[in-house]
Amino acid sequence: MSNSHRQGPLDERLKSLDKKLKESDKGRTSSERKSDNVNFSNAIRLSTEFVVAILVGIGIGWTIDRFFGTAPWAMIIFLPLGFFAGVRNIMRASGLQSGSQSENTNENDDNSNRD
Amino acid sequence: MATHPDPIKQFAINKLLPLDINGVDLSFTNSSLFMVATVVLTSAYFLWSTGGRGMVPTRSQSVSEIVYEFVAGMLRDSAGSSGMKFFPFVFSLFMFILIINMFGMFPYFLTVTAHIIITIALAMAVFLTVLVVGFGRHGVGFLKLFVPSGVPMLIMPLVIAIEIISFIARPISHSVRLFANMLAGHITLKVFAGFIVSLSAMGTVGIVGSILPFAMTVGMTALEFLVAFLQAYVFTMLTCMYINDALHPGGH
Repeated sequence: MSNSHRQGPLDERLKSLDKKLKESDKGRTSSERKSDNVNFSNAIRLSTEFVVAILVGIGIGWTIDRFFGTAPWAMIIFLPLGFFAGVRNIMRASGLQSGSQSENTNENDDNSNRD
Repeated sequence: MATHPDPIKQFAINKLLPLDINGVDLSFTNSSLFMVATVVLTSAYFLWSTGGRGMVPTRSQSVSEIVYEFVAGMLRDSAGSSGMKFFPFVFSLFMFILIINMFGMFPYFLTVTAHIIITIALAMAVFLTVLVVGFGRHGVGFLKLFVPSGVPMLIMPLVIAIEIISFIARPISHSVRLFANMLAGHITLKVFAGFIVSLSAMGTVGIVGSILPFAMTVGMTALEFLVAFLQAYVFTMLTCMYINDALHPGGH
């Protein structure tokens, strides 16, 4: 009894969810599926963007330390700065933050769809 | 382990025509040979395929047109129509990296882009172009690139320092990405292929077992073709974005 009682609304919910899923899928096919290429290239980008910014921070800190004899201090300042720059690079590359240097991430998506 | 091939050996540079001028080594190496071959092949193909200039393109002509449209679309979307002045530069970069990566997929061929000096040179060419064009067009205004809008004055010095670090990181990540992907991919390919040889030396069980690395090698080869194209694509796309920064610092 209770089982059939529950199944009614559940079935309806299932149907409506199915419909919603299909609708969102329809939107996806045209705009998102083809941009796998772009997603893959973004993945390749992200891997280096972060590490390199930290290395540059270390490099700058190390160079200043060497020339001014301020032993660990410049490194201590520039290592976290490099880390922040790395995080910012990643946010920018993944389009989470529209910094001044990356307003094109989304436009690029459109481009690849066309080709 | 004499049967085990050295996975690094494939990147060895051999001098084909030794040439030494005032202590500067200007030898013509196998690396130079592949670069010359790439340039010759690309130029020859485009000259030959577009020579007919047909209204109805032949097959080869439409390949050229597709490549043109692909790069032109990428540049136009990133840097706007004013960026099209840099089309020859961007297109040459794309074709050079793409064809050189594809050359690297042939067995016994050298993968030139797996040498960091090559990719650094390419990335520095882009970086210097951005600097020269940026300062040439906007003068001191180019420095607006480091000052994002809507940041409180209090943390402005910090943000500028971060922006400068990420700007300096650009040519490095630009070059290391291409170099590391090509190097790592080809080494992995070689190592897996080496497993086949060393496994099948172990008798029947080894020969049966070597099916696994063989399947892996086949799969990796397909993946490497994808990576070879994608690296050229990523390099070009980032070049377009950097050129956009040179043309429109501080956003639009």
